[in-house]
Amino acid sequence: MFPIPFRKGVAFMEQLIQQLVNGISLGSIYALIALGYTMVYGIVKLINFAHGDVFMVGAFIGFYSITVMDLGIFPALLVSMAACALFGVLIERIAYKPLRNATRIAALITAIGVSLFIEYGTIYIRGAQPEAYPDGIVPLKSIDLFGVSISGQSLLILGVAIVLMILLQYIVHKTKIGKAMRAVSHDQDAARLMGINVDNTISATFAIGSALAGAAGVVFGIYYTKIEPLMGIIPGLKAFVAAVLGGIGIIPGAMVGGLLLGVIEALVSAAGFSLWRDGVAFVVLIVILIFRPAGLFGKNVREKV
Amino acid sequence: MKSMKHVKGFWLSIVLAIIFSVVIQFLITGGTLNSFYVNTLFSIGINIILAVSLHLIIGITGQFSIGHAGFLAVGAYASAIITMKLALPFPLALLVGGIAAAFAGLVIGIPTLRLRGDYLAIATLGFGEIMKIVFLNIDYVGGASGMTVSHLTTWPWLMACVLITIVVIINFTNSTHGRACLSIRENEIAADAMGINTTYYKVMAFVIGAFFAGVAGALHAHNFYIIQPANFGFLKSFDILILVVLGGLGSMSGSVIAAILLTIISTFLSNYPEVRMLIYSLVLIVMMLFRPQGLMGTKEFTDLLKIGKGAKGGSQDVNKQTIA
Repeated sequence: MFPIPFRKGVAFMEQLIQQLVNGISLGSIYALIALGYTMVYGIVKLINFAHGDVFMVGAFIGFYSITVMDLGIFPALLVSMAACALFGVLIERIAYKPLRNATRIAALITAIGVSLFIEYGTIYIRGAQPEAYPDGIVPLKSIDLFGVSISGQSLLILGVAIVLMILLQYIVHKTKIGKAMRAVSHDQDAARLMGINVDNTISATFAIGSALAGAAGVVFGIYYTKIEPLMGIIPGLKAFVAAVLGGIGIIPGAMVGGLLLGVIEALVSAAGFSLWRDGVAFVVLIVILIFRPAGLFGKNVREKV
Repeated sequence: MKSMKHVKGFWLSIVLAIIFSVVIQFLITGGTLNSFYVNTLFSIGINIILAVSLHLIIGITGQFSIGHAGFLAVGAYASAIITMKLALPFPLALLVGGIAAAFAGLVIGIPTLRLRGDYLAIATLGFGEIMKIVFLNIDYVGGASGMTVSHLTTWPWLMACVLITIVVIINFTNSTHGRACLSIRENEIAADAMGINTTYYKVMAFVIGAFFAGVAGALHAHNFYIIQPANFGFLKSFDILILVVLGGLGSMSGSVIAAILLTIISTFLSNYPEVRMLIYSLVLIVMMLFRPQGLMGTKEFTDLLKIGKGAKGGSQDVNKQTIA
């Protein structure tokens, strides 16, 4: 069943742990993107298809910050996050806000349109050629742990992901805007009656989600080196799968779903089916939708007329 | 009396269509039309079949499916195997392409059509991607480099398929089953409460739509000499979706008009693929912001001409966009 050669138990364990580390690095990227999907879905019930493209824009802004403006890696990360936050708010204000009371299908089609517009706008502006993040920009050295080497990039991804997730939990649970976000996602009309500025809260949600996607873009570029205008499609779709896996609208669900999906993909590659890797995410999606549509962390809500 | 008028309009359109296709056939064999125009005509025909088949799923039944390229791929590969690997005749390939896609529609439809709205959209998108990856990994059909297919699609076959597709889908829409599908589009919970087996009708519409997408796939494969998995990705699904959305969700003549218009536009923009996609995406956004019901709304061409009430695809209230 398992094509990995059982040379020795130890060697097998090492290989398995190595793949787990790879999977967790990849999964952290998925989780960062999935958070944006899940927050936006939680608050306006819209699958923001353009989210994967915000991730792509973040990767490019990070790249230009590092190469053109000669910034270090952390300033570049911050620049990219700030620019993406602004970009996300802009998308929301221009494309999604006028459709807030329209049908779900209209909003979904608009989101697909925005996504393609960003992709092909980027190609139109700068061409379709890929770029490569420069080497040796990560200030961390690889470490050996139980005979497994964890690269500096992996450590950076993990560090960034953990810090941002803790920050997000803090914002959502301890600050005023977080409280407003939770209130709006629970009941928009009631929140408005309580004096919450719903429009600003929704914009803030888009800003935070897009900033996380921007950060994911930069760490993706550092980890995988190559970036291109259409790179956001597949990670975006997979991050959405991760969000559904964890239960869409639930923040811890997106984190766990992302990590789980990354690990599943790494294990599938390790088992020798690397060509099928992209398909696995969608199989996971269909299986989870059939057997547990509310996701791992979700509760089943009965539909009311 | 009304039904008489309907029948008269119906036969009139069929006769007109046959005259049109015979004239085009003479122009093609006479060499009056150069190959550029002939290719565009073939693309228009294939796109009409695709648009009308997706119209049945999205416009009539209200199920937002964005994996239509998956069925196209199944039909294309199944038919190519019939003609190229097994050396069987082309009409059989058309039929097998359709049946294979319908089977895929059944297999994917039964589990996913229990989902609603966004989830269904994502599941069908996932299906389209899975299909692409499956064909990418099967060496029998050439993997990533694809399969070469001989050019067997002729104008009479194409026109016959277009006509059959349109007639079947009009008749389906106007039948009891079509009414049930419309009621699901308008309100699924209410339809359920009225005793309509919603899953059954959704799967039925899905399978019929998939069948014709498969036929279109067979025509496509035997028109373009080569089929590659990369041509059947998300962007292809999106190309089909925009035909339906632009024409008007729920209007079949809208889908046909949009298929003709957009095929001509994209032929002229084929040297500038980025510009084409930019225009497409802007059309989608602007359309949803200012005219979400599409060019035709749920009206049909015949409603505008007052010929008859034949191909009516939904309610007459143009200002109301009822698809949930």
